[in-house]
This record gives sequence, C-alpha cells and structure tokens, in this order.
Amino acid sequence: MNKHLLSIHDVSADDIVRILDTAESFREVGTRVIKKVPALRGRTVVNLFYENSTRTRISFELAAKRLSADVINFTTSGTSVAKGESLKDTALTLQAMGADAVVIRHSSSGAPLTLTKWVRGSVLNAGDGTHEHPTQALLDLYTMRDRVGRLEGLRVAIIGDVLHSRVARSLSFALVKMGADVTLVGPPTLIPPDAASWGVAVSYDVEEVLPKLDVCYLLRVQRERQRQQYFPSVREYARLFGLTRDRVGLLPEGSMIMHPGPMNRGVEIDSDVADLPQAVMEEQVTNGIAIRMSLLYLLLGGRAEEVGADA
Amino acid sequence: MSPATILDEAEIRRAVTRIAHEVLERNHGAGGVALVGIAARGDDLARRLALEIERIEGASLPVGVLDITFYRDDIGIRAEAPEVHETRIDFDINDRTVVLVDDVLFTGRTIRAALDALVDLGRPRAIQLAVLVDRGHRELPIRADYVGKNVPTRTDEQVRVCLKEVDGEDAVVVEEPGGSA
Repeated sequence: MNKHLLSIHDVSADDIVRILDTAESFREVGTRVIKKVPALRGRTVVNLFYENSTRTRISFELAAKRLSADVINFTTSGTSVAKGESLKDTALTLQAMGADAVVIRHSSSGAPLTLTKWVRGSVLNAGDGTHEHPTQALLDLYTMRDRVGRLEGLRVAIIGDVLHSRVARSLSFALVKMGADVTLVGPPTLIPPDAASWGVAVSYDVEEVLPKLDVCYLLRVQRERQRQQYFPSVREYARLFGLTRDRVGLLPEGSMIMHPGPMNRGVEIDSDVADLPQAVMEEQVTNGIAIRMSLLYLLLGGRAEEVGADA
Repeated sequence: MSPATILDEAEIRRAVTRIAHEVLERNHGAGGVALVGIAARGDDLARRLALEIERIEGASLPVGVLDITFYRDDIGIRAEAPEVHETRIDFDINDRTVVLVDDVLFTGRTIRAALDALVDLGRPRAIQLAVLVDRGHRELPIRADYVGKNVPTRTDEQVRVCLKEVDGEDAVVVEEPGGSA
C-alpha cells in the first residue's frame, strides 16, 4: 500500500479488499468489553482539522485510541493557526514532535498532498475542499459489502450536490474501481461536467433511477449553494430530488439508504425515511471507526523507518 | 535436501487423541473447559481436539479462534503490517479453564501475545497450553502443558505443520534453511 492516503487513486482494488477485510477484525474488537488493542502502542497520530468536523475527528480519535496510539487534536480555533501560522510551519512543528501520522481536514483541495512535502509520517486525507474524502468512501464500501455481501455489480445512485461533494467523488471512484454500477443523480447544475470520464451514468430523474437500486446514497444539500443559485429553492430541491415517504416505496425490497451525515431532515431525506430500518446511517458511523482503525494499522503497523530519523 | 517427516497422518491423529485424554485427566473431565486455537492452524487443531474429547467423554466443548496479530511484539520492526486473521470466541471465558491450542511452540512469543489477547477478553480460571510440536529454543519463560511431540531442532530449520483443513494433507516436516517446500 501507498504510504499516504490522499485519494482513492492511492489504493488498488486489492488494497481496498485488504482494508475492508482488516476492518472486519477491528469491528469485532469494537464489540468487546475492552475495545482496545495494543497494536499501535507508542505511535503518535495528529488530527489536524482546519475545518470543523466533529464526526470525522472523533471517529479518527477513537480509532487511534482503540489502537493504543497517542492522539493529539490540533484544531484551528485558539491555536497558533488562529494567530496566522502557515500550514508549512504547523507541519514542521508536528514533524519536530515526531508525528507518525497526520490526519488532515482542510477547505483547500490538495492541502493533504502539500503536507506530504513537510512531514515524514503518513498523511491521511480526512476531506480536502471539493477534492476527496477517501475514508468516508471506504467506510461506505464496507457497509455496502457487509449488508449485500459483494460490491461487484452493485447498483448505487449518488443523489444530490455531486459537483461540490468530495464524498461523491471518492465514493464514485472507489465503487467504479470495485466494479459497481454507479449513477449520479441531481439537478444539471450540480452534476460535474466531466462526470462521463468517471465511468458512471448520469440521470436527472430520481424516480426513474430508484426502482433499479441496491443502494440509494444521499448527499447533504448545502444551503449556501442555493444562495449561489445552483438551484432555485430548498423546497424545490426537496420536491424534485428528496427521498420522500412516497418515493421510498419505489426502492426495491432489501435496498439500503445511506447518507454521510450530517443529514438535513426534510430536505434531501424525509424525517420518517431517515428512521426506516433500511437507512443504515448509524452502521456507517460504527463501521467508520473500524475502517479508520484498519487504515491506521495498515499504514503505521510496519517498520517505523521515519520516526526520529532526524533526531 | 528433502524435508524430513517427523509426524505422519496416523501419528498426528494419535497425538491429538492422547492430548484429548490428558486434558480430560488433568481437568477431571470436560466441565468448565474451553478450547481456543491460535490462527492459523491452531484453530483447526482445537476443533479436532474438541471432536476427540466429544468422542471420548460425550461432552461438547466450546471452541474459539484467537488472532494475536494486534498483540505481537514486532509491530514496527516488520516492514509491513502483519496480516490480520479473525478472532471469534462466542462464549464467555470468565471462570473457565481455557486450553490454548497452537501447532508449533518455538520462541514462546506467540503464546505471550495470546495470553495478553485472552486476558483482554476476560479472566479465565486457568489457561493451559497444548501444542502439536515443541521444537525448543524458547526466548520467554513459557512451557506447554500438553505436547504432541518434542522435536529437537536447530534455530535455522523450519518446522512446517500441514493440516488437511488448509493444506490438503496431514504431516509435520522439518525443512533445511532455504529448502524447497
């Protein structure tokens, strides 16, 4: 496997299978009374979050702690970053402290890649701008495989603001890599113009797509996009693309509803629909810890060639 | 040089049968005893041992499989993160006598890791160790309670246990260093 996880392009289909299989063991650890193993004792993981994301941060934090690694949370408010420190100087500081892995969330696409120039440890992308969010995609793949038993030929629609969604990009790339059948659905203004080159289908008609799905994956609609005039109103979006109580009946028996969270109940998904048994958002969260444990283990469980090399 | 067979199919079967008798004798029956095999191959041996005990005593023992990867002491020394296997122990190990089962006892490091892994799952009344082959060269103060066969070896030799469940045949062979399999 690559030393870093910046994008789904960093992992092969074989790597993905290994990551998901290893996560299987870590999910078992999560069911124990003592949910902790000593696999990464003495390693240091830094959570470097330039954007607020409580869910992803605590998921990584719990993952690292359950592996017995030491975790430092470096958030932007109230730190040197708020005092104007550059990404480079923050990175050099973390490097000097001997971080074995840096988990970074940043509003600028490409910030994790830039970070790899300055730190010797592994860099894990926890979401960068409108680029990628690979750990979310992997936990989603795990959840789908766990429920359905396979990824190949799985029919998945990703519905919503695909254009601005790093989740949609990572998930599409990962699903296509594993041989799934992906359709992007949304208003034409929110479908990326280069979608054809992703190896996916595109549709603007949610009701036509729903009856042919194994997985209905909803994206969060960001209200500021309406102010930027990508769609006329939130109500119109909900009426045309929302997974309403009426539309959920179009989904085949046994299909799953997924959402990366946080949800806008009443916009992309009706509140009742979000509480149906086929809506697996809580499983996604639980599986997210196992996937992040798997990634940290696979990236940091080998030889610590870099640690303290400059001491 | 061709590998030397130290246990064939019949000898493995007899060793498992004898260990089954010893486990029952030592624990005054099968009550409160559970078997936990160390992946890979220890789990297959544990299942065979359970079948033997059931045949002899008519009692069915719970069998679990334990992966010790997360408890190894060479994480960060090996180039790659070691491959992870499944841990599945569907019974409560608290207050039971757990017989750990492994194929080969060598340095003792695997057993050290297994002891740590087990106590994270509960507090057994006692832990005993059964191995098919003890090849010596311990690096830790660990010994087996039940041994299929003691085999004097050099440290650079390889002891390979083949089981029908995974390898298609039953045999224990000693191979020269760098020898072909």
